[in-house]
Amino acid sequence: MTVTAAFFYLFSTIAIASGFMVIASRNPVQSVLFLILAFVNAAGLFLMMGAEFLAMILVIVYVGAVAVLFLFVVMMLDVDFAELRQGFLQYLPIGALIGIVFLLELVLVIGTYVVDPHLIRATTAPIPAADVMTNTQAIGQVLYTRYFYFFQTAGLILLVAMIGAIVLTLRERTGVKRQDIAKQNARTQETAIEVRKVPFRQGV
Amino acid sequence: MVIGLGHYLTVAAVLFTLGVFGIFINRKNVIVILMSIELILLSVNINMVAFSTHLNDIVGQVFALLILTVAAAEAAIGLAILVVFFRNRGSIAVEDVNMMKG
Repeated sequence: MTVTAAFFYLFSTIAIASGFMVIASRNPVQSVLFLILAFVNAAGLFLMMGAEFLAMILVIVYVGAVAVLFLFVVMMLDVDFAELRQGFLQYLPIGALIGIVFLLELVLVIGTYVVDPHLIRATTAPIPAADVMTNTQAIGQVLYTRYFYFFQTAGLILLVAMIGAIVLTLRERTGVKRQDIAKQNARTQETAIEVRKVPFRQGV
Repeated sequence: MVIGLGHYLTVAAVLFTLGVFGIFINRKNVIVILMSIELILLSVNINMVAFSTHLNDIVGQVFALLILTVAAAEAAIGLAILVVFFRNRGSIAVEDVNMMKG
C-alpha cells in the first residue's frame, strides 16, 4: 500500500508541477514539452486507477499526435513570443484571485461530498474482475454495443475535424506550376503537334 | 495510507484550476490558451476515470474515451484556425482578433 501511495504522489506531483510550468514557462516550446510530461504522468495515474486502455490511448493520442501538432505549430509560426508576454503581470492578480476562489470551492466540494450508496448498487455496466477479462475487452464490450451511436458520432466528429482542418489550411497559390492529369489526358495528337509549311530558304 | 477517490479528485481539481489560471494570465498567447484547455480536459478525464473506478462502472471510461476524441478534434481545428489567422495578420495575439468587429 505504501508503494501505491508513493507512486500516486510521484505521478501527481510531477503532473501538477509540469501543469504549472505549462502556463508559467516563457518559451512555448518548453510549454509543449511540459504538457507532454503532464500527460505522461496522468497516464501513470490512469494506470494506477486500473484504466490501462485509456492510459495507453492517452500516451498515443496526446503525446503522439496532439502534442506533436502543438510543437509543429509553435515551431512553424514565426512569432515574437517575448512581445506576447507583455502584460503578463497585469492579469496576474485577477487570475490568481479567480484561481484561488475556484480551487477553494472545488476543495470544499471534494471535502464534503458523500457518494449515495444507492448509486454504487445501481451501476450501468460493472467493471469485470481483472482475471475474467482485460480492461480493453471490457471497454469494447460496452462501447461497441450500448454506446455504439456515441462511438459513431465520435468518428463523425473526427471526420469533420479532419475536413475542417484541411479546408482551413489549404491554400491555392497562383503562379505555381502543377501537374493537371485531366488536362494531360485530354491532349491528342492534333492539339499537341502543329505542322507548318515553312517557306524554303527563308527561315522560320 | 490508502489512496482513495478524494486524492484523485484533488489532483484533478488542481489541474483544472491551473488550466483556468493559465487562460487568465496568458491572455495574449493563443497557443498557451489552447494548451490550458487541454489541461482542463485532462483533469475532467481524471475525474471520469476516478469515479469509474470508485463506482465500479466501466461507463465512465467509455465517456473519458469520447472526451479524448473531442479534445483531439478541438486541438486540430483550433491550431488550423491559428495557422490561418497567422497567415492573414502575421500575429497570434488575442487582441488582434477584431476583424469582424466592424
